Amino acid sequence: MKRIAGMLLVVLAVAGVLWADNALSITGAGATFPYPMYSKWFDEYHKKNANLEINYQSIGSGGGIKQVTEGTVDFGATDGPMNDDQLKAYQDKHGFGILHFPTVLGADVPAYNIPGVTAELNFTQDAIAGIFLGKITKWNDPAISGPNKGVHLPENDIVVVHRSEGSGTTYIWTDYLSKVSEEWKTKVGKGASVNWPVGLGAKGNESVAGTIKNTPNSFGYVELIYAIQNNMPYGRVRNSSGAFVKADLASVTAAAAGAAKNMPDDFRVSITDAPGKTAYPISSFTWLLVPAKFSDATKRDAIKGFVKWMLADGQNYTEALSYAKLPKEVVAKELKALNNVQ
Amino acid sequence: MATTTTIVPSAGPVAGSRSFLSRLREGDEIARMITFLFAASVVLVTVLLVFELWQGSVLARHKFGFSFFRTSVWDPIFEQFGALPFIYGTLVTATVSLLIAVPLGIGAAIFLAELAPARVSDTLEFFIDLLAAVPSVIYGVLGVFIVVPLMRQYVQPALKHSLGFLPLFQGPAYGVGFLTAGIVLAIMVIPYIISVSREVLLSVPRDQREAALSLGATRWESTWKVVVPFARAGIFGSIFLALARALGETMAVTMVIGNTPVVSTSLLSPGYSIAAVIANEFTEATGELHTQSLIELGLVLFILTFILNGFARLLIVTTSRRGSGMGNV
Repeated sequence: MKRIAGMLLVVLAVAGVLWADNALSITGAGATFPYPMYSKWFDEYHKKNANLEINYQSIGSGGGIKQVTEGTVDFGATDGPMNDDQLKAYQDKHGFGILHFPTVLGADVPAYNIPGVTAELNFTQDAIAGIFLGKITKWNDPAISGPNKGVHLPENDIVVVHRSEGSGTTYIWTDYLSKVSEEWKTKVGKGASVNWPVGLGAKGNESVAGTIKNTPNSFGYVELIYAIQNNMPYGRVRNSSGAFVKADLASVTAAAAGAAKNMPDDFRVSITDAPGKTAYPISSFTWLLVPAKFSDATKRDAIKGFVKWMLADGQNYTEALSYAKLPKEVVAKELKALNNVQ
Repeated sequence: MATTTTIVPSAGPVAGSRSFLSRLREGDEIARMITFLFAASVVLVTVLLVFELWQGSVLARHKFGFSFFRTSVWDPIFEQFGALPFIYGTLVTATVSLLIAVPLGIGAAIFLAELAPARVSDTLEFFIDLLAAVPSVIYGVLGVFIVVPLMRQYVQPALKHSLGFLPLFQGPAYGVGFLTAGIVLAIMVIPYIISVSREVLLSVPRDQREAALSLGATRWESTWKVVVPFARAGIFGSIFLALARALGETMAVTMVIGNTPVVSTSLLSPGYSIAAVIANEFTEATGELHTQSLIELGLVLFILTFILNGFARLLIVTTSRRGSGMGNV
């Protein structure tokens, strides 16, 4: 009996080694915001290609950029595009560049908790920037009540809530504020974490949502997916055409459509405050970071194969998880850019 | 500490003159070397840690110098970094937590060790050990969902109403802040204080108690005037263990402190702590100076812990001279 068990073990071990030898493993790291989408994709893709396994660690966009630059992972992922310094650092270290591939779209929404107010509020650019700069401190400020005729807003102090840890969500929010407010741009700027003029910091979307829910008169931002999945009330935002738009998959894709026509070749584009009547203004792409050159041809082909699949079949999985699809023009452009990966 | 190389007397007259080789063969030398290596590795890790923190923060140290400790701007975009609000927040929350936890913890330990029946004491000890083992994120969740709403609705308005004339209790009642973080920390460290203090009190020799009782002392007098002073060093030890945990606690603090880098005299104000800001910003810190400033904060926390531990040792040494046992605890 023991002998049989022993032999079985040996056979299993050998099979395991052969199996492991056969399977190709690719590692990636980065953004947390698209993680639910990515893990679904990698899982589905693994079902189709049993000997390819993609491991993704959602350590944050900054970490993703750092790790792919160090060369400790095969690809990275980020919610805010790499800046010129980071691209140069990559080029200097490796001797070749790194490419951005948009994968899906997401958005930030303004969420609030005002006792007695159930209406869906309208927010202008000035109102959002003013609140986050600490210039608008009361809910009944004319900048807020102006576009919300008929809603009784109390004379209470606004409690601003923001993310405490560096995050892509914050990057999108501050990128938007930098575009609509000159003062924000010069005083605070855009980034994964910034020096907030006012407000409480809460860790993660869950915590921001929890703080808003528990704190009367609070105002903050969360990711659209998060607000949808948790039935959180959130407001409409006035876009650059002057229309108040509610964030949903259609209005986020509309924001990308405008940018799709003038998409730069490196895909590093911000679509906050995008043109278009139906465009939701606080939207953004999220990107995969793929090195332009691979020394290992099988790895290269595997990654290219995955990106191709992601741009075609993969896009069908997005809406179930509340991410917006890429516009067709962007997909076509990305397929072309994929040839630059060598 | 006794000397480490004791020679067993029963080994006979030859033992003293045994050669290195024979000791090696008998295994004594091997055991000594292996255990020495283990002990040395602790020192090595500490040295390596300081070295890494020092090396990793070279840019930030050169750029900001001592102004790092004085300024309170923390701006990752314009690369201005000052540690003051974080140092302040760390010290304030740790102090608040000890002010609450020490009397409660020691009181409970005295009851469990001296006054409670053994069965009650042992049962409660089981629960206290259980509390000490609860992961800190659980305490954080408890803080967010129970302590913060309670603070915002009842405790903070009451404090403002009754003691609002003090600068300590002013400003809006957010629920989160220094005081809330201190209270959650207190809940976390009390089990440590109780558990260690109880053990120390239980190990006070019977003679001490009996001698006090035979001199006509009441039960309480013997406990408070004889047993507790005898165990003083050990009780201090438990407090410093609690302090160390309070200083370094990350998850639970970041969930209830408000994460706002300000220095405010009001305990109701939101704040920030060193451990919390490192955990929050390290993964997404893309600028080199930002990363290095966070590493320097780590160095500051290390030094802070080091200084406070030094104080602890000093306190134990100076107080244990006066008729206390267990100076080595």
